[in-house]
Amino acid sequence: MEKLHFEFPGQYAPGHFTPVLVGVVGSGNLEVMLEPHGGSTCTIDVTTSAGGFGPIWEAVVHDFQTRHRLAGIAVSINDMGATPAVVSLRLDQAAAALPLGSQSNSGAPT
Amino acid sequence: MNRSFAESTARERVTHLLDADTFHEILGPAERVVSPHLALLGVPSAFDDGVVIGSGLLDGQAILVAAQEGEFMGGGVGEVHGAKLVGLFKRALAAKPAAVIVLAESGGVRLHEANAGLIAVSEVMRALLDVRAQGIPVIMLIGGANGCFGGMGLIARCADHVVMSDIGRLAMSGPEVIESSNGVEEFDSRDRALVWRTTGGKHRYLTDDCDVLVEDDVAQFRAAAMGLLGQSLPLSLASMEAEHALLASRLSRYGDCRDALDIWQRAGVADPLRVPDMEARQMPALKALNPKELA
Repeated sequence: MEKLHFEFPGQYAPGHFTPVLVGVVGSGNLEVMLEPHGGSTCTIDVTTSAGGFGPIWEAVVHDFQTRHRLAGIAVSINDMGATPAVVSLRLDQAAAALPLGSQSNSGAPT
Repeated sequence: MNRSFAESTARERVTHLLDADTFHEILGPAERVVSPHLALLGVPSAFDDGVVIGSGLLDGQAILVAAQEGEFMGGGVGEVHGAKLVGLFKRALAAKPAAVIVLAESGGVRLHEANAGLIAVSEVMRALLDVRAQGIPVIMLIGGANGCFGGMGLIARCADHVVMSDIGRLAMSGPEVIESSNGVEEFDSRDRALVWRTTGGKHRYLTDDCDVLVEDDVAQFRAAAMGLLGQSLPLSLASMEAEHALLASRLSRYGDCRDALDIWQRAGVADPLRVPDMEARQMPALKALNPKELA
């Protein structure tokens, strides 16, 4: 099991919202929770069953933040060996559940 | 279009089972009441420890509800998971809901936290029976791909009512457990048709271990649960003795059967091979034809 932490600057802050949870911690799957936080950044905390994939996680969450530029949001992930494509889809699914107006491009892949 | 119960997550099941926008979760994921054991074993936790609990309305009546997530650890009951179920039943004693509804999907005790899980299962049973003793019905809905086995199977049979789909399975020991302890000659866990015939909803319905059989559709589970609200069964010594007598009689009549097919045949079902292909709505008529023999 490995824990990873990332933090990115962002622009689009949805303000206060009810925490969003998508996905399930099942084989090849993951859960993603979005919560509001006080800062101006987007933090991403990952707990994954698969060790040694730090650079791939960094690329995937960097792409996510490039798409959404979220601010004031804490992303928490529990992962059970999901592939990068599944992680990206879950992250976009979670972002799509945020209050309207908080996203730059509604999660369309770039 | 039907919403498949089996294909839905625990959260989706709760959302679509209850009246729209009435679910209020207790100890939701943001509170992070997670397993204290899994991280020590190097296994990621789930923010809700694999069970969603809360209150809501069903057909306008206040109920308490729990839903196990089968995809997380096979729905295994760990310490926190079990404590959430116990807490929900204890809340029912004060809140007096029209029912406590459990959407059960579990392989039983979570082996990573075996002792805590075993204790949790016994505590859930005690809490469930306390609720029944107050005349509050407990309803089990079983339709997930992981079935309802082990300690959770025992808990399910402590309830007033069991609703299943044909995809749902209910038993004590799971197929793999039976095969590994008694050999493939006893039970071939890879024979999926055998496994579903013997532990699936249809057979449980025909033998009275399941009260309502529905198709794999959340709306049908909802309708079945609505029909059972407020219907408490007596929990008495006499009812327990009657149940034990029934089980003893079943064992003497069918104890040598190798397969549910053998039981259906001996009970006088006209064409037992056709049963697995029948629709849920055809089963009450079939059951009515063989009233005493099957139970």
